[in-house]
Formats: sequence, structure tokens, C-alpha cells
Amino acid sequence: MPSLKDLKNRIASVKSTRKITKAMQMVAAAKLRRAQDAAESARPYTERFNAVVSALAASAGGSDTAPLLLRGTGSDQVHMLVVMTAERGLCGGFNSSIVKKARQAVRDLQAQGKTVKILTVGKKGREQLRRDMGDLIVDHVDLSAVKRMDYATAQSIGKDLLKRFEAGEFDVATIFFAQFQSVIAQVPTAQQVIPAKFEATDGAVADYDYEPSEEAILEDLLPASVSTAVFAALLENAASEQGARMSAMDNATRNAGDMIDRLTIEFNRSRQAVITNELIEIISGAEAL
Amino acid sequence: MADTLQFDLVSPERKLASVQATEVQIPAAEGAMTAMAGHAPTITTLRPGILRVVHAGGSDEYVVSGGFAEIGAESVSVLAERALPTAEVTQEIFAEMVAEYRAAHEKALANFKNEPGPVDDAAHLLADMVAVGTHMGLSYQE
Repeated sequence: MPSLKDLKNRIASVKSTRKITKAMQMVAAAKLRRAQDAAESARPYTERFNAVVSALAASAGGSDTAPLLLRGTGSDQVHMLVVMTAERGLCGGFNSSIVKKARQAVRDLQAQGKTVKILTVGKKGREQLRRDMGDLIVDHVDLSAVKRMDYATAQSIGKDLLKRFEAGEFDVATIFFAQFQSVIAQVPTAQQVIPAKFEATDGAVADYDYEPSEEAILEDLLPASVSTAVFAALLENAASEQGARMSAMDNATRNAGDMIDRLTIEFNRSRQAVITNELIEIISGAEAL
Repeated sequence: MADTLQFDLVSPERKLASVQATEVQIPAAEGAMTAMAGHAPTITTLRPGILRVVHAGGSDEYVVSGGFAEIGAESVSVLAERALPTAEVTQEIFAEMVAEYRAAHEKALANFKNEPGPVDDAAHLLADMVAVGTHMGLSYQE
């Protein structure tokens, strides 16, 4: 049975924990709004871009002269998995669910006899993967210095990927991130970026004139499409992270509240027990006289 | 047929403009072109330059680099990898943009010693970028 002082200390500590989680929740809510705005303003670009590139890819993609980025190397032996996670923890299962998805993919690919390489973006993913798949990690991108996700960051990751692709380091690249659905639901997603895969267009493509040629434009745009995909994923991830953190901290705040209630009851009971004890002692003392 | 077209300028980070324009001057890869209502559908890549859009309320200028433009009879969408209203381009941003193309040029020089093609292309882009600065009264020191 803990003493009164212990209980009091315990209550005080849970109370300050609650203050912190409450503050974190509110910060996450503010950041979530900003992240959602950023994702929202990036959407028109991504949508138009993908529409045009997939239309181009559909018309020019079938031929043997199609760019390597679209056609692939003709083999799928070496896979590059880009695992995007957060720089910071305390956001529920956000990081773990992405890592879990990636780990599953690694196992599946290895079971098929493929070679797997991992590029981690964000510290938390690397920490988790390093334990059992440390030898597969080829590089790490640190985002802790990035305050606001901008296109230049995505571009540098995209360019790095392209450089590795051109150097023949891998055949297929897939990015792992969490798709933001709502504050309580973030879906870990895998998306193949190299060779580029596009959803079938709805057919109605106007007869465009191309300047310079169709192939030249495609050649020009495909590298950018990798960066665009990475950028969209980073933005989704940022929103998901804040959403996950917000709901995790909301839960933590509520749990702390419950705990405080329970501890307070226990504290009051013990205090009452002490008082009763003292009274009994006084009364029995008085009776003995 | 309407005499205006819907003009959208988007960069990956934000939507810069969405207006009914009467004409749009685009720094296209094979020379500047002006799109007006009823233009034949065209897709063209962009070179670094100044995009000018004329609309009922006057005209706006943007510095764009990279990306492409999709021109239709009733709409023009410009998807630039980098786009800024000219007023927001400071000497520093300009220097940074030029430095980017300079680096690309140097890389091309190093990578393609005996092929003039890519080197010329990169030099061209660099020159375009510098020309943008000259147009805006921004200087560039070698």
C-alpha cells in the first residue's frame, strides 16, 4: 500500500504528463491543418501532371524505344524500397505500420529470390529497420532539418533515386508511406515509381500537338514524375504523421485523466483511513482512562 | 466562341493563378508562343523564362522554369516545376536559380566531353535563365 505522499507525488506527475500530452495534441492539430493545406495545394499539380504523363505514356509507352524509366530495365531482380517515416515518435502506430508493411514486402521479395535494397527517409524508420535488416539499408535521408516540406526536398530524393537507377543499382523502386484518410485512419501504402506505373486513362485524350516531340516530352517529364510522386507521398506522410500524433495524444490525455481520477479516489480513501485510524486511537485512549 | 481562356498556373507547392485570360505568352521549349482562345491543342515543355498572362484586369508576369504547358482551345494549364510571380523574385532567389543551371551546365561539360548536344542544351538553359534576370534588372556575376 503506497503512502499518502507517494500517491500525491504520483498524481502530480500524471497531471504534468497530461499537460504535456494535451499540449502535443494541440500542436499536432495546428500542424495537421497546415500539412493538409499543403497536401491540398499540391493536388492540382499532381493530378494534371499524372493525367498528361499517363496519356503520353499510353501512346508512346508500348514501343521498344520508350524511355527506360517507363519500360524498366527488363528485369525485376533488384528492388529498391524507399521507406518514408517520421523524424519523431509519439505518434501512435504511424511509424510501425509503415515499417511493418515494408518489412513484409522485403520478406516476400526475398522469398522470391530477389535482391532488396532499402533507402530510409526519416529517422524512425531507420531505427526500426536497422535491427533486423540493417545490412539492406543503402542510404538514409535525414529530414530533421526540414521545417516545411518543399518540392526541393522531394526533388533531391527523386534525383538521388534516378542517379542510382541510371547507375544500375536497382530495377524497380517502390515507395512506402502512409496515405492520409482521416485523423484516425492512415493507410500504409506501397507505390511503385520506377518503372513508372500509371492508372489507365479514361480514354478521351485530345489530339495534341507536341513540341518538341512526344518522346522528348516524355523523356523530360518522367524524371519529374518520380519527384512528383515522392513529393505527394511526403506530403501525405506529413499529414498522416500529425493526424496519428493527434489521435495518439488525445488518447493519452484521456487515459491520464482516467488515471488521475483513479489515483485521487485511492488517495482520498487512504487519507480517510488514516483519519479513522487516528480517531480510533484517540477514542480508545480516552476510554482506557 | 468565347474570346477568353481559362488559365491555370500551378507549381508542385501551390496554385499561383487561375484566371480568365485573353492571351498567355509562354516560354516554350522551341521558342516563345502566345496562346489565345481557340489555339490548337498543344503540349510543350518549358524553358526558363517569363510567362506573361493578359486578362481583363491587366497583365501578370511569372518567372517559370521546368515543367510543361498544356494548351487547349479553351484552357491553358501551365505546370511549372518552379514558378514565382516576378515581384517575388529577389536577387538571392535569382542567383540560386542561375546557380542551379550553372551546376547542370558544368555537370554536362564534365559528363559529355565529346558530345556537344547535351552541353549546348545546358548552356542554352543557363543563358535563358540569365536573360530572365537581365529582363528584370537583376544582375548576375560570374
